[in-house]
Amino acid sequence: MSMTIDEKKAQNAALIEEVLKAYPEKTAKKRAKHLNVHEEGKPDCGVKSNIKSLPGVMTIRGCAYAGSKGVVWGPIKDMIHISHGPVGCGQYSWAARRNYYIGVTGVDTFVTMQFTSDFQEKDIVFGGDKKLEVIMDEIQDLFPLNKGITVQSECPIGLIGDDIEAVSKKKSRQYDGHTIVPVRCEGFRGVSQSLGHHIANDAIRDWVFDKTEDKRPDFVSTPYDVAIIGDYNIGGDAWSSRILLEEMGLRVIAQWSGDGTIAELENTPKAKLNVLHCYRSMNYISRHMEEKYGVPWVEYNFFGPTKIEESLREIASHFDDTIKENTERVIAKYKPLMQAVIDKYRPRLEGKKVMLFVGGLRPRHVIGAYEDLGMEVVGTGYEFGHNDDYQRTTHYVKDGTLIYDDVTGHEFEKFVEKIKPDLVGSGIKEKYVFQKMGVPFRQMHSWDYSGPYHGYDGFAIFARDMDMAISSPIWGLSKTPWKK
Amino acid sequence: MAALRQIAFYGKGGIGKSTTSQNTLAALSDLGQKILIVGCDPKADSTRLILHAKAQDTILSLAAEAGSVEDLELEDVMKIGYKDIRCVESGGPEPGVGCAGRGVITSINFLEENGAYDGVDYVSYDVLGDVVCGGFAMPIRENKAQEIYIVMSGEMMAMYAANNISKGILKYANSGGVRLGGLVCNERQTDKELELADSLAKMLGSRLIHFVPRDNIVQHAELRRMTVLEYAPDSKQAGEYRTLAEKIHANAGNGTIPTPITMDQLEDLLMEHGIMKQVDESQVGKKAEEVA
Repeated sequence: MSMTIDEKKAQNAALIEEVLKAYPEKTAKKRAKHLNVHEEGKPDCGVKSNIKSLPGVMTIRGCAYAGSKGVVWGPIKDMIHISHGPVGCGQYSWAARRNYYIGVTGVDTFVTMQFTSDFQEKDIVFGGDKKLEVIMDEIQDLFPLNKGITVQSECPIGLIGDDIEAVSKKKSRQYDGHTIVPVRCEGFRGVSQSLGHHIANDAIRDWVFDKTEDKRPDFVSTPYDVAIIGDYNIGGDAWSSRILLEEMGLRVIAQWSGDGTIAELENTPKAKLNVLHCYRSMNYISRHMEEKYGVPWVEYNFFGPTKIEESLREIASHFDDTIKENTERVIAKYKPLMQAVIDKYRPRLEGKKVMLFVGGLRPRHVIGAYEDLGMEVVGTGYEFGHNDDYQRTTHYVKDGTLIYDDVTGHEFEKFVEKIKPDLVGSGIKEKYVFQKMGVPFRQMHSWDYSGPYHGYDGFAIFARDMDMAISSPIWGLSKTPWKK
Repeated sequence: MAALRQIAFYGKGGIGKSTTSQNTLAALSDLGQKILIVGCDPKADSTRLILHAKAQDTILSLAAEAGSVEDLELEDVMKIGYKDIRCVESGGPEPGVGCAGRGVITSINFLEENGAYDGVDYVSYDVLGDVVCGGFAMPIRENKAQEIYIVMSGEMMAMYAANNISKGILKYANSGGVRLGGLVCNERQTDKELELADSLAKMLGSRLIHFVPRDNIVQHAELRRMTVLEYAPDSKQAGEYRTLAEKIHANAGNGTIPTPITMDQLEDLLMEHGIMKQVDESQVGKKAEEVA
């Protein structure tokens, strides 16, 4: 029954060939570069990435506005983020990405609220700067406890040449240096949400760091200050991560950006170490803090006990023996708890095959968590990854894994149809396609309204959720009526 | 009633489009034609000589006040001027903000939807400087102006602009049926201006429909916010505009699909007429003192 690695590779290669046959010649030639069978020992996964999606295919990607407003800025809870432009972008990104936060919404925190300039024809023709000023005045009036405002540009802003920088500066002066950040994240820029992350990072550099240096002289440093970078606290992920760092004896001075505040952003250059979870969306600002403020950064992975253990030790290696000893205690404390989780679920999940297609860090980071449960990831790919993501992926995937970059609707369906995995992990747009094919599915962007999945606490929930999807009795009840 | 004729005046900024078009349309009106002028320039000065005043209430400024263009009535924006010529100005943002091109699209759609074209013989669009974006190409797109008249002079840049506008017309000629009606040379008294304009028109596959000589009386009329036709109807210049109006009136259906030329061809044309010397490549980019 089980295939040799070479047989598996040959089968996957044949599958790619077959999938490409549906395309016109030019499309097939281009898409072929994004599909590959991973060869162990290679420096990356052998696919092209971060390239424009082709017309006619169904891509899963988002836009630069999604990357800035939806991912990086949106979760900053005590700032108000204006979706600047016509109403649709704001409407459809309303309530953010389940970025949990503590606060009184509408009073001191605003994440699940939606602010938009709701452009009308006259705003396109005459420009939206005046309206933007009025909105900022209204925000200051109605929400006096807001700690800052960002302007998230939708496409038309870049077309009609509005000067959102001038408006931001003017209003910031008017409101005693209130933080107001213009972000040029027009959706048409770049090939995916990835450029939006970069633009949002640059906006933090230019409009937060450069403008607020020494703004908080009362900040008292400790030798154990760390900042969590690239955790959006989806379903509480950053909280279940933070407690582990705190148990190690570290002080978490900032969360970027889930449940984060502008004050935390401003303090981050004073961290002793930046710990980076989502490399894709926040490596830019981490590199900048390293260059300008000398703050080193380290990537970590808090999915599944094996990777958590490695990561805790890696983070501890940047600190003294007290921290290192604490870390060993933390690992020892959670070990039996994790073993209990594994003992419960592994027998039911052992040998199950998983195919993933997600964004950011997850196409590689969650592989370890599945492996802790005895499952095998047989295919994975990134929505908007770059080559450095595919290089990092080589440390996670097995020889012969099917790799698909910016997968199209057609390819993903065909791959799943042929490979017949026991579970697909992707997004809401993909969920029902595969469930209708009779394949168990978990949303791996929103954790399917569950979570957290990060940290030890998260792993218990992750294991339960995967088991729930795969072992649900529903699959036994779904019979095809015309196939007697 | 004859079918509605829609024409448009294009040309380099400052060439005298608005002056030429208003004088010509005033003359057409003298011929008994009912005319609607649609000013498609944010400066809103395409109807100033007909109305004796700069139109204050543009479509877009009123729409901005009212909330949206749907809140406007045709009567709010249409003004009646000399010889019952109907005038509307699209208007638009001050320079440097917003999107004037979108404004032109909005305005023309509004006029069409609200029956502004009912009961007139001519609709004339006066469009700013150059076809800088899709919005300013609106009048030459499908079912809009049938003939474009390019106002130009013997100056190099005016001819260059005329050629660019021809490219815009060519782009829409096959899909929408727009044609180049001809070139109107508004004399600048440059060397061999008539011959040059005539040659350029031929190269563009069109013709020089009229050569409007320079006459200071235009300036005198304009200072009084009047067309020459109204200010000095018996003057020689008024006669020139009447001739141009008659030629345009007789030109229905005679428009052509333009054949734009390359920059090299344009330079060759200037050389042919001795305006420009053979380009010596070694001289390109050299200052006068270096050449001497």
